[in-house]
Amino acid sequence: MYATSYHRASSVEEAVQLRSAHEEGKYLSGGMTLISTMKQRLAAPSDLVDLRHIPALRGISIEGRRVKIGAATPHADVAASRELRALCPAICDLASHIGDPHVRQMGTIGGSIANNDPAADYPAGLLGLGATIVTDRRSISADDFFVGLFETALEEEEMVTAVTFEAPEKAGYAKFNNPASRFAMTGVFVAKTVSGVRVAVTGAGSDGVFRHPGFEQALTSSWSADALANVSVDPSSLLSDLHANAEYRANLVKVMAKRAVAAAG
Amino acid sequence: MTKVTLTVNGRTMSGECEDRTLLVHFIREKLGLTGTHVGCDTTQCGACVIHMDGRSVKSCSILAVQASGSAITTIEGLASQGELHPVQAAFKEHHGLQCGFCTPGMVMTAVDMINRHGGSLTEEKVRTELDGNICRCTGYHNIVKAILAADAEMASGRQAAE
Repeated sequence: MYATSYHRASSVEEAVQLRSAHEEGKYLSGGMTLISTMKQRLAAPSDLVDLRHIPALRGISIEGRRVKIGAATPHADVAASRELRALCPAICDLASHIGDPHVRQMGTIGGSIANNDPAADYPAGLLGLGATIVTDRRSISADDFFVGLFETALEEEEMVTAVTFEAPEKAGYAKFNNPASRFAMTGVFVAKTVSGVRVAVTGAGSDGVFRHPGFEQALTSSWSADALANVSVDPSSLLSDLHANAEYRANLVKVMAKRAVAAAG
Repeated sequence: MTKVTLTVNGRTMSGECEDRTLLVHFIREKLGLTGTHVGCDTTQCGACVIHMDGRSVKSCSILAVQASGSAITTIEGLASQGELHPVQAAFKEHHGLQCGFCTPGMVMTAVDMINRHGGSLTEEKVRTELDGNICRCTGYHNIVKAILAADAEMASGRQAAE
């Protein structure tokens, strides 16, 4: 790892101030991707601004059917929240399959979505739920937030403070994970929300997480795994790598979508 | 150099290190507690698992400065007054190790697992919870047996106490 300077912020304002003072700096949340990347010298931020000690960024709050998850809330807390499970079990299940138990104790929802790894789980969950990403300066819909491979709508120095969403009527997530990394080789999140059916796919798209309009239409007509049987998945925009080629992933997208619908009930 | 202060196994300990120093190296090289191992250095093997503020974490993927101010428990902190922790005793009893390299991480993981799911662990649950720990000798069977035995033992201890 290259040398870096560590700063611990105790408020959102302080964090943004620290980050602004260091052009080549980065926010550090759980660090489950960033520290590993730095160890491999694939990232070399001059400064790190630690967000784990900002109380306002941590925790889950629920008002009616409106859910708010603080950006620095670890995956383990999302997975274990009984209140959230009662409203939206799919997001708890998704969180419970990220990485491994130790990674889930450190890794956070804000860190995951700000990184927008094309094989990460949360981007599919939030896009599928039609969530809103709240930052230190504005609110961004998930449709606008996830831009491409490791790319989001976040500006330099802008930081995610929370995500909010309306609990869906039904939702489910299914992933086929890479057995070594636990990242999704393909993961599909399906949700019946107040504004309609949404289907989001991670791990498969060559441009990151995406919605599948064909599946959404089919599930709007009939909410069942069988409704997806005749909907085709175009492999031309899917990833090919040493784990799976695009045709194989296209098949996985459909199989995972069916399983997600079955899980949603 | 930055001063890092931790409460390690109940004792306050400090040391100076670079901001880029990993917690596992700080624990091993600055504090001299070499029970915590470095197996892979890529967050996969779990040999470096310790408890930070009551949560099991991989100390090879955390900077020492990130942990400053935390309460840390390492494998050295489990036994008390010469008595093995029930999980350590169960690993010995059920031969849950061969070469022993992964064992500190396995034991710390098992203690955390029992803390979170105490009394309700099943074989399937234990195997799922071992997702972040790799053992290249045992084939895991005896590790799973040891954890289930320790869970039962600790549950009966809790009942007796009530």
